[in-house]
Amino acid sequence: MRESPRLCDAQEKEVLTVNIIACVKQVPDTEAQIKVKADGSGIEEGQIKWVMNPYDEYGVEEALKLKEKNGGEVTVVSVGPARAMETIRTALAMGADKGVHICDPVFDGADAFVVANALAAVIKTLPHDIILCGQRAIDDDAGQVGSMLAEALGLPQLTLVTKLEYTGSTVKVIRPIEGAQLSVETVLPCVVTAQKGLNEPRYASLPGIMKAKKKPVDVKDAAALGIATDAKAKVAKTIPPPARPPGKIICGDEPAQKAAELGRLLREEAKAI
Amino acid sequence: MAKGVMIVAEQRDGALRKISLELASTARKLADQSGDEVSAILLGSGIEGLAVELGKYGVDKVFVGDNAALEPYVTEAHAEVVAKIVKENDPSILLLGASVQGKDLSSRVAAKLATGLATDCTDVKIDGGKLVATRPMYAGKCYGEVVVAANPQMASLRPNVFPAAENAKAGAVVKVDVAIDAASIKSKVLEVQKDTSGKVDLTEATVIVSGGRGMKGPEGFAILDELADVLKGTVGASRAAVDAGWKAQKDQVGQTGKVVSPNLYIACGISGAIQHLAGMSSSKCIVAINKDAEAPIFTKADYGVVDDLFKVIPELTAVCKKLVA
Ligand SMILES: Cc1cc2nc3c(=O)[nH]c(=O)nc-3n(C[C@H](O)[C@H](O)[C@H](O)COP(=O)(O)OP(=O)(O)OC[C@H]3O[C@@H](n4cnc5c(N)ncnc54)[C@H](O)[C@@H]3O)c2cc1C
Ligand SMILES: Nc1ncnc2c1ncn2[C@@H]1O[C@H](COP(=O)(O)O)[C@@H](O)[C@H]1O
Repeated sequence: MRESPRLCDAQEKEVLTVNIIACVKQVPDTEAQIKVKADGSGIEEGQIKWVMNPYDEYGVEEALKLKEKNGGEVTVVSVGPARAMETIRTALAMGADKGVHICDPVFDGADAFVVANALAAVIKTLPHDIILCGQRAIDDDAGQVGSMLAEALGLPQLTLVTKLEYTGSTVKVIRPIEGAQLSVETVLPCVVTAQKGLNEPRYASLPGIMKAKKKPVDVKDAAALGIATDAKAKVAKTIPPPARPPGKIICGDEPAQKAAELGRLLREEAKAI
Repeated sequence: MAKGVMIVAEQRDGALRKISLELASTARKLADQSGDEVSAILLGSGIEGLAVELGKYGVDKVFVGDNAALEPYVTEAHAEVVAKIVKENDPSILLLGASVQGKDLSSRVAAKLATGLATDCTDVKIDGGKLVATRPMYAGKCYGEVVVAANPQMASLRPNVFPAAENAKAGAVVKVDVAIDAASIKSKVLEVQKDTSGKVDLTEATVIVSGGRGMKGPEGFAILDELADVLKGTVGASRAAVDAGWKAQKDQVGQTGKVVSPNLYIACGISGAIQHLAGMSSSKCIVAINKDAEAPIFTKADYGVVDDLFKVIPELTAVCKKLVA
């Protein structure tokens, strides 16, 4: 394992190689139909196609770009059941160097706090300058793990980032907020969460997929991490979305007629204008 | 024993954000069920005057942390101060907004306090003395009822979903001593570039007029701008329109864009792909204008117009102009 220059000497400027960790989660494809189990204990997983969380694709892509520009190593880390190995392999096929798969049934039903602590336990043992996460995982839609991981590691965090510049000793990013864009700088190591706009994730090439099969993936269980695994936040019940009353199609012969009727309904019935 | 409901108010440039009033009103409702107190944390520089405003919306007590180091917002500084005030006052419930800042802060604070957090909730209630927070999951394809097994029970509330209702309380100011160790703050805001369009952000807009591939090009959006102006709304876009370069990334609604909850969402030339619905299905009233009667957007719409949008929208703008006059 290569030592991180950052861990040796934060002031070392000439060595630009950068150790990057990309956290990836396997989630249902965005097109997936989600069916709630009859007893409300979760969702039916049978028919689901699993993919890498789209926001993590931005994270992996950014990690690869950083490595290509500066030299260094990209490690992907994922907490998930056996099938999550496919997502790790996808990241390796895109170009990441090695993986860590945290796989243990105790993590079924884990919340962001537990996942963040599991990731932190592994990342602590690896050289790390920049840790990339997605801004949120599109299954639980929590958007928590990045910040919680930063806290667990005692590092600064830059969330919802659409541009990242690595200067060797700092990271400068653009973060859009409501009605403004911030330019923020922080020191290494740090956690950055990726947002759409950051880059265009590459596809895994065929040779990439072949190579990925030989790249090392370390599989760890919960005992190896020595962390508490009790979730702090629990989904007590999963329910279908609230039903919307059926809509009305506005009748009329001419666009003008339809527009007038729509305006009237929005005013009088929906009280929306 | 943990007691009371606390909120973290959000302000920018010396004004409270709308979400702060939504938080205060929601906290009031929850606290009234058990006769508890509502307190608020308000951080920034030169912001003490805003405490009165929070009082009007149901806050009994405002912890004001006034310090130049708290402006502009930096995660490490705010998280540290919030966690300290929470620890000292031990509320049983802690609410934040699911705004960009609130999302960034809430998860950091939850980790600091080793508690659980339900993000981006659309409903909160007390059941058996515990907070039950309802939130969309899987892009709104199902909802989860979340309980937190530690104190404070934390939730962040989706902007624009919870009503802000006046309910005058004391809003008594408690100044807190904010000792921030400058060395512990590693991040620095270098520049704030304000959007000068004068439009409210999509996540805070009460009316959104969105356009998709059916707008045919960037020029097409001009008619949406006109309609939005009349309705005091903001123009949004589908991913197809953003990826084509017709609109900016900040205008995208959907799973990889913004999640919005306006009173009125008008989707124009948008087919209603599942990833688009993910971003707007919690809107109160949805209108779809599309020439294809089979477009999936009509399954979510309260009102649908099947016609050419280039003919309907100018007419609708004219109608609305008269109605709002
Ligand atoms: C991982 C992932 C994430 C995604 N995230 C998002 C997201 O965040 N937001 C998002 O929007 N999409 C997202 N998408 C893309 C989504 O799948 C759709 O491709 C996209 O929403 C389609 O945009 P659209 O409705 O504008 O275009 P189209 O699907 O092409 O629809 C155009 C519509 O315009 C209508 N039309 C055309 N001309 C006229 C006219 N003159 N008058 C009236 N109607 C007309 C057509 O009938 C058609 O229904 C995502 C996809 C993936 C895979
Ligand atoms: N089980 C997991 N394994 C690895 N990374 C994860 C996991 N869960 C969440 N993350 C990371 O944290 C981000 C935010 O996730 P969440 O807080 O669950 O919405 C994701 O985009 C991932 O980068």
